[in-house]
Amino acid sequence: MDGLDDIVEEFLVESHENLDQLDTDLVALEQEPNSRERLSSIFRTIHTIKGTSGFLAFNRLEEVAHVGENMLSRLRDGALALTPTRTSVLLRMVDTVRALLASIEATGGEGNVDVSDVVAAISAAMEDRPAEPAAEAPVVEAPEAAPVPVAEEAPAAVPAAAAVPVPRPAPAAEAADAEHPPAAEGGGARRAVADSTIRVDVDLLDELMLLVGELVLTRNQIVQYVGRSNDTDLVRASQRLNLIASELQEGVMKTRMQPIDHIWSKLPRVVRDLGIQCGKSVRLEMEGKDTELDKTLLEAVKDPLTHLVRNSVDHGIETPDLRRRAGKPAEGVLTLRAKHESGQVVVEVADDGAGIDPAKIGAKAVERGLVTDAQLARMSPTDVLQMIFLPGFSTAAAVTNVSGRGVGMDVVKTNIESIGGTIEVESVAGTGTVCRLRIPLTLAIVPALTVECAGDRYAIPQISLQELVSLDAEKAANAVEEVGGAPVYRLRGELLPLVRLTDVLGLTSDRHDGHVVIAVLRSEGRRFGLVVDRVINTEEIVVKAVGGQLKAIGLYSGATVLGDGTVALILDVQALARRALRTESAERQEARVAAAVAAADTEAARERMLLAAIGGGRRVAIPLDTVTRLEQVRTESVERVGNREVVQYRGAILPIVRLDRHLGAYGEADREVLEVIVYSDHGRSVAIVVEEILDIVDGEAAVRSDIEDMGLLGSAVLGDKVTELLDVRAAILAADPAFYSTTTTSTPHGVAASLMEV
Amino acid sequence: MSAPTDTRPKDEALVIGGQLATFWLDGDLYGVEVAHVQEVLRSQSLTRVPLAPTAVAGLINLRGQVVTAIELRERLGRPPRPEGTDAVVIVVRLHGEAVSLLVDAIADVVDVDPADFEAPPDTLDGTARDLIRGAFKLDGQLLLALDVHKAVSA
Repeated sequence: MDGLDDIVEEFLVESHENLDQLDTDLVALEQEPNSRERLSSIFRTIHTIKGTSGFLAFNRLEEVAHVGENMLSRLRDGALALTPTRTSVLLRMVDTVRALLASIEATGGEGNVDVSDVVAAISAAMEDRPAEPAAEAPVVEAPEAAPVPVAEEAPAAVPAAAAVPVPRPAPAAEAADAEHPPAAEGGGARRAVADSTIRVDVDLLDELMLLVGELVLTRNQIVQYVGRSNDTDLVRASQRLNLIASELQEGVMKTRMQPIDHIWSKLPRVVRDLGIQCGKSVRLEMEGKDTELDKTLLEAVKDPLTHLVRNSVDHGIETPDLRRRAGKPAEGVLTLRAKHESGQVVVEVADDGAGIDPAKIGAKAVERGLVTDAQLARMSPTDVLQMIFLPGFSTAAAVTNVSGRGVGMDVVKTNIESIGGTIEVESVAGTGTVCRLRIPLTLAIVPALTVECAGDRYAIPQISLQELVSLDAEKAANAVEEVGGAPVYRLRGELLPLVRLTDVLGLTSDRHDGHVVIAVLRSEGRRFGLVVDRVINTEEIVVKAVGGQLKAIGLYSGATVLGDGTVALILDVQALARRALRTESAERQEARVAAAVAAADTEAARERMLLAAIGGGRRVAIPLDTVTRLEQVRTESVERVGNREVVQYRGAILPIVRLDRHLGAYGEADREVLEVIVYSDHGRSVAIVVEEILDIVDGEAAVRSDIEDMGLLGSAVLGDKVTELLDVRAAILAADPAFYSTTTTSTPHGVAASLMEV
Repeated sequence: MSAPTDTRPKDEALVIGGQLATFWLDGDLYGVEVAHVQEVLRSQSLTRVPLAPTAVAGLINLRGQVVTAIELRERLGRPPRPEGTDAVVIVVRLHGEAVSLLVDAIADVVDVDPADFEAPPDTLDGTARDLIRGAFKLDGQLLLALDVHKAVSA
């Protein structure tokens, strides 16, 4: 194939198709010589071949086509009548064109195909004279053709038709014979270009995809039944079926695949233009151009990908000056990478620019009221970076006409998620940023987890699923905690909001043994646990659209038929999250608004406070953000390690600080049950013992003073009472001196100033 | 009873002349245009759809296609089907999409004469009025013409 570039190849495929049509047309034309329509179609075909061959510098091909075209145009215009002789020379022309094409295909050139006698024959036929000198030499055709009265007389057509076909095939066959041997030698190892590709209607492929979907379902069913059988032959046959169905599925999926280069090929121009516009020098590199994905998905990622590329050039890569100062080459490099990875396509847009500074992102997010300081302090740098996908977030210092309008990254994310993909960003300040898209190979067949809830089965697409947690009754009783009535589970130290599928669907669980199965799902950057009755298994499901009535419910993305033939609904995890976490996000929204309003106030003033009595009539307020959980601990369960008090708590040792003693208040020493505020950060927890939990208040109207005492930061007026600010950090350190040692950098400075005492 | 207050043109009724596939529902005989009916099935196992409109009885597996089943009794405001009796499923195809109707029992295909048609009585109200285009006066029995399009848009 070396000699053949794409254009020639396309030309060959197209021409072969057209020539076949031409044969049919020409023969049909003899029957109805006056069909202008057919003549026009023939004319167009030859005209196209002529034009392209001229462009590709196939001169002899052009010459043949040219005379043919001349004759055809005169036939079309009615200047000439179509006689059998003329039809014959036209057919000869087609044969010669074919021979030339074969030669081009085999050797890349026109070889030694002689066109002069065909050209002469056509010219002769056009002028109604016997084809002369050129035709005389090679073959018998000319003398044979000459005596035939080629004139316009109708009766003559019969002898002419009889006479001409005999000699006609001879030169054509010769030409073919002369050309085929080299063709066979030159390209014996490969199929002819025209034979190796066919055009297929996309609808047909969709149909095939559907059928394969059905087959996969039937396969699942059979495999399931056979699993219970002892018949080894049947088992073997079903295994073969399994294998073949998988391969067929893969094969049919491949027919819809197109290389990602289809959409990448437009990007060099985008990068160049934008680079000039921004005064930046950018080199675009592409790796894995050949990576293929489904045609529909390819269309869907086009815009998001372009946006990411523009973003990288606009924000990521620095100007040449800045780059030189940073010791980097003046020319920035933007790298596109695509590859297949565990059933997904991973597409990366990487630049070697300035990178994204998490601190900047964090500050911006706080400024925009997307998170509070305390929340920010507890986020890992990676999580902070993902906030660029939040709606209404833009880090561009100046709004350019390229990007930075605050729409964009969230739209990119929404688009990618709508096709079942995910997006994440990684960045190292100073060295660059990588945006990574994970896209499913196809939409029609997706791996899914099937779960049971209230006796029915539901499918959850694997792409949203992070992990499964199964708790037996004993464990579940302790592990599922509550924050203000909302169930949460502590997953490796982080609170995971739990959503019961039965609650969302308005059903009643049929599981009463206390076991809890949690599917940890991620949607739009939020993680939550979906509590289901049972996990059945994972299987490939074929997504079926559901009727309009069910789409309107907005909880199901479709339905599927499971291995045993029952229908299962596919849960739309995004919609589920939106619905189930709605109240929570509404609260957050309020908090954001409040935070924005109070932005000018002190940090302590904008937090909601938990008020607690610590004895001696004194009260303490703790920002709700820092309260992980409220507990009651029996006094007798308090043990001692050295001179510190601890309590066993969920399999860990929890250090205790008694606020009354810490602050020198005089609480009742002999209480049976201790009220405890548990504060957790980075996997460590401490318990702060108070006398009584009183209320939750807003700290907005606080009036502060700087009166200090040991363990206090100041005081404020809170709920008409003077409130002293307490140093939470000191309180926690009193309980666990090592609490911050591993995480000094992420100490929430909001916490330090936010414990108050009345 | 084709009262002048009836806004529906008589023409529309004429359109539904010809052959009707008939079925029983709570003691009444209904008919739908034969052309819409794809097939009739015995009772199928239904997958319920939580939070769906009450008339959506669930989803059935029709040879690999997932088809929504509409409980016509619910749709027409009739009492639920007695315990122990199975519904019959009529699969209709509208605008290329298959939808199924749950009815009590299937009856014959009947040739109807548009001349026997009358618009629904003014006393008919509720949801049923929207769904019943009128009645064909057969011998000893009224055949109610169901508006399939409206019936499935639950």
